[in-house]
Amino acid sequence: MNERDDEGRRRGGVTPWLLLAPGMLWLALFFFVPLWTLFRMSLSERTDRFSDPTFNWEWSNYREAFSQFGDQFFRSFLYGATATLIALLIGYPLAYVIAFRGGRWRNLLLGLVVVPFFTNYLIRTLAWRTILGNESWFVRTAQDIGLLGDEGILRSAPAVIGGLTYNFLPFMVLPIYVAIEKIDPALVDAARDLYSNTWQAFRKIVFPMSLPGVFAGSLLVFIPAAGDFVNAYYLGDVDTTMIGNVVQDQFLVQGNYPVAAALSFVFMGIVMVLVTIYARVLGTEELT
Amino acid sequence: MSSGTVTAPAGRVGRFFVNAWAAFALIYLFIPIFVIVLFSFNNPAGRFNVIWQEFTFDNWLHPFADEGLVDALILSLQIAAIATFVATVLGTFIAIALVRYRIRGGEPINFLLVLPLTTPEIVLGGSLLLLFIRPTGALLNQDFSLGTTTIVIAQVMFLVSYVAITVRARVRGLDWTLEDAAMDLGASPTRTFFRVTLPLILPGILAAALLAFALSIDDFIITYFVSGPETTTFPVRIFNQSRTATPPQINVLSTMILIVSVAILAIGTVWQSRKRRIS
Repeated sequence: MNERDDEGRRRGGVTPWLLLAPGMLWLALFFFVPLWTLFRMSLSERTDRFSDPTFNWEWSNYREAFSQFGDQFFRSFLYGATATLIALLIGYPLAYVIAFRGGRWRNLLLGLVVVPFFTNYLIRTLAWRTILGNESWFVRTAQDIGLLGDEGILRSAPAVIGGLTYNFLPFMVLPIYVAIEKIDPALVDAARDLYSNTWQAFRKIVFPMSLPGVFAGSLLVFIPAAGDFVNAYYLGDVDTTMIGNVVQDQFLVQGNYPVAAALSFVFMGIVMVLVTIYARVLGTEELT
Repeated sequence: MSSGTVTAPAGRVGRFFVNAWAAFALIYLFIPIFVIVLFSFNNPAGRFNVIWQEFTFDNWLHPFADEGLVDALILSLQIAAIATFVATVLGTFIAIALVRYRIRGGEPINFLLVLPLTTPEIVLGGSLLLLFIRPTGALLNQDFSLGTTTIVIAQVMFLVSYVAITVRARVRGLDWTLEDAAMDLGASPTRTFFRVTLPLILPGILAAALLAFALSIDDFIITYFVSGPETTTFPVRIFNQSRTATPPQINVLSTMILIVSVAILAIGTVWQSRKRRIS
């Protein structure tokens, strides 16, 4: 009973399973069962608006999902990927500076990264609508110096991508910070002693060692950004509709559950494929 | 930091550039927050608080003027309290099982825990909606009315993962042989648990509970799918209302929530660092 392994864990008979059971049961009932329900619904047939769809191996829902909403799928992944890339460009240097140069201010700086996100995400997006609106000081100034045309920036793809980037940025910064913080500064010193300059030390040592953080951060930004519908709703127009808007509309407004379910499944499938490819490219498969 | 203090002249320019970039990133993070706080002092011309008109303290003197918004906030706090409690208990059990015991199947369980966090929220929300409404709720086979219960069920589902992962990360390095020491000195298993084990893992549990509470109050997409027409949480209220009006009280209440959150964060940080100094 009291034998422990290297990490101090012991063999426990049934106790650990009893501890796991309630949480895992919750997960089974309210994660896996709903997915199964969703799958069945995606193959159901809806005869009219008022009768319940019946399971019928109705593959046409998938055909409809692809043929009618291809644009929205493409846009979602394009916007999500662009937002992820920009978040990486903004977030990586920030995480790097906090981890390596933050000194005793580290925790304070890290707190500052998180503080803005104690306000609700809808309210932050509404704030961006104010900032990017045609009446705002920011847009007026940009128009005066010729950076922006008369049409402004709100209700456009850049506005939506900007909102997505902002809203999920901390999810990029925090994992990268955790990864960089673990790097022993002595390794960088060693590289210097061997006559590498700052850039070489970064490229050969810090960056490769921070890749797990980049991987985790990219997923944590990309998945919610690609599936979002709030930013496109507040900051975009009909030409920037994303798949999230379509799914939301099909589920909650149209009540067309079979097509909504098919759309959800296709979206989830593509996300999983992209994540797998990304993991292969980055060589961090053990993380998933 | 010792590394980087001795830098070649070329590196100094790069160093300055990177620092400036990071500073701008931090400022960027605060731009909307500044706007939210500023517009809590605005006296909007119409029903939408989007264009700056004139400075006023009115909104702060009547922060609870929009009753529907206040009710929604209270409901959000209640739901967060219940969901946090359930998720913290279940998640902590899972974390303890994974950290303290050698069990077969530990790896698959880790994988299962991450799944809800890597599944798009619209998929989680949509699938739960189908589970809760009439013909499709195949397993439960009964008419769940959408409302507080379904919101709590849905939120606990993803909060359990967050809690389990957070607690596990915080308790991983702890010295469990202290338990053996207590028992060797004659403490009963119950006494050992309350006097040794619980104090060891409590900071991790508290951190996870705070995270769960914040995530619960903030959750919009999943909650929106399973809330039904009559149950309105704070984010759902803002979303529904934003089509017809955005009263400045939204900004006032958000600023209040922000101040309270920062205060809790600050107290927690000070408390932790003081404890570290003592021990």
